[in-house]
Amino acid sequence: MLLEVHQLTKRFGGLVAVNDVSFSVEEGKVNAIIGPNGAGKSTFFNLISGFYKPTSGQIIFKGQDITRLPANQRAKLGIARTFQTTHLFEQSTVFDNVVIGHRLRTSSNLFDAVFRTKRLKREEAECKEKAMEVLEFVGLTDVADKMVANISQEQKKRAAFALALATEPEIVLLDEPAAGVNPDETEGLEQLIVKMVDHGITVCLIEHKMSMIMKIAHKIMVLNYGEKIAEGTPEEIQNNETVIKAYLGGSAIA
Amino acid sequence: MATVLKQRKLLILVIAFALVFPFLIPNNYYLHMMTISFIWMIAVYGLNLFAGYTGYLSLAHAGFFAIGAYTLAILTVKAGLHFWLAFFLSCLISCLIGLLVGLVALRTKEHFFAIYTLCVGYIIYLLIDKWDSLTGGVRGFIGIPAPANIGPLSFQTPVSQYYLVLFFLLLVVFVMYRIIYSLTGRTYIAIRNSEDLALTIGISTMKNKLTSFVLSVFFTSLAGALYASFIRFLGPDIGYISVMFDFLTYLIVGGIGTMAGPVVGTLLITFLSQQLQFLQDYRMLIFGPVLALLVIFYPQGIVGGVIRWKAKRVEKSGNPQVRTMPATNRFVISRHSENKKQVKEG
Repeated sequence: MLLEVHQLTKRFGGLVAVNDVSFSVEEGKVNAIIGPNGAGKSTFFNLISGFYKPTSGQIIFKGQDITRLPANQRAKLGIARTFQTTHLFEQSTVFDNVVIGHRLRTSSNLFDAVFRTKRLKREEAECKEKAMEVLEFVGLTDVADKMVANISQEQKKRAAFALALATEPEIVLLDEPAAGVNPDETEGLEQLIVKMVDHGITVCLIEHKMSMIMKIAHKIMVLNYGEKIAEGTPEEIQNNETVIKAYLGGSAIA
Repeated sequence: MATVLKQRKLLILVIAFALVFPFLIPNNYYLHMMTISFIWMIAVYGLNLFAGYTGYLSLAHAGFFAIGAYTLAILTVKAGLHFWLAFFLSCLISCLIGLLVGLVALRTKEHFFAIYTLCVGYIIYLLIDKWDSLTGGVRGFIGIPAPANIGPLSFQTPVSQYYLVLFFLLLVVFVMYRIIYSLTGRTYIAIRNSEDLALTIGISTMKNKLTSFVLSVFFTSLAGALYASFIRFLGPDIGYISVMFDFLTYLIVGGIGTMAGPVVGTLLITFLSQQLQFLQDYRMLIFGPVLALLVIFYPQGIVGGVIRWKAKRVEKSGNPQVRTMPATNRFVISRHSENKKQVKEG
């Protein structure tokens, strides 16, 4: 198991956003997390990526306990993530946005900057090379010099992927990558996610578009009111009554 | 490429003008004005590094300017240290204080950071004002020596002091340029653009913010130390809030988060306010509305406006965009449009 979560709980005052959830992310697969709005999916992501500290529970990454590790150090270990809103800087080029993604693998400091040392020049070249490499991977080479404000929503999602990939992650957490993207483009993003997995990157995914999840996920966990109500393959989840109830409400039997 | 060459030419022209200025206009009054504007510029560059490129509005910088100035005064006059040793120590001590302030202040964000540092700045002012035995209080501090000779170089005349200050200004601009156009600068800009995103791509935001803050304090306190040795008299007013807002005005008019902004803004405002001296405090009746209009229509100041205008022209002419180095600061624009949105929603 690449990433294991044991009995994770997060309370915000009286609200239990994530309640005693255990989950394991399988290496080299697409692991999906679904659930109705407000089920605690994003909170779960924030716990894994280190934005929130859990109230209780444990997060193990490659055998190492990372429960108390700050977000930036988790990134160094190989956990990358994207946001629902991409957080990209609109007034700067795609390339400039992505080039900083490799910064965590470099070590030049202020001294290098002021004296423009060989190390800085080498590392700058590395960062630029990496940026071009990941932009090619996600298929954005031709818009590299465009302002982020002038590219489509789908391209922004791809740029956010590129930024995450520039950190050389082992696992990428994707928070609703297909939100606000039309069906054709969603297909393109699906292919990109599959491509990432083919290149040995483990994907953990939150998404509302069921057709996408059912097509590409190997394993699905369902959250409702902060609790895990089901886990299994797409087929198992599709036929799980608790899940159907959670989505359709009441005693409806699909 | 063409734009890079043009920029270089312009830069050389500006530096050449600054070098021959004392001979072009052999007028002590203007020389004094120029020297003092150079000192303000250094301070504003300090502010620009942190407010413009790292995205945190510090309102304590006038306080650090005063700390730099007063430390130099105390070390030379009261402790009798050699000028350049005192000069070095005053920057160092300011940085240490900056480090301590930063450690606490940087736990807050956005408005809260601005308010917190505003309070810190005011406390520094009060300390200087009330600590009579150390600073001379409201009576001020007199008898600060001019910069000591370095070998055959003496800094007793206004012209030589002009060149000394110019030297430091060029040094600061050079160091700023190197930092901003490096991975370190890109890191600061990433923090400015989105601190959350910066964290997820493995940037230690606290460490970088602290470094940037201390460095910006260093520049500003350096300006303070130069000010003390140039004016040779200090009053607590140099740490007052109004000086802080002067810095901010220079920065915003020139262009926050641009390399040339501090120079343009400081020169323009100091000379304008000299020309409008006859209006006394009514000057503010002109400055106020002009500043408001500028912030609305050119949130990135004059330099930012020019950059935007050029970028538009390039886009219209259909040329492929020149790959810019870390983009200039547009965060004011984005915040500005956010504000607009809020207004609409509200």
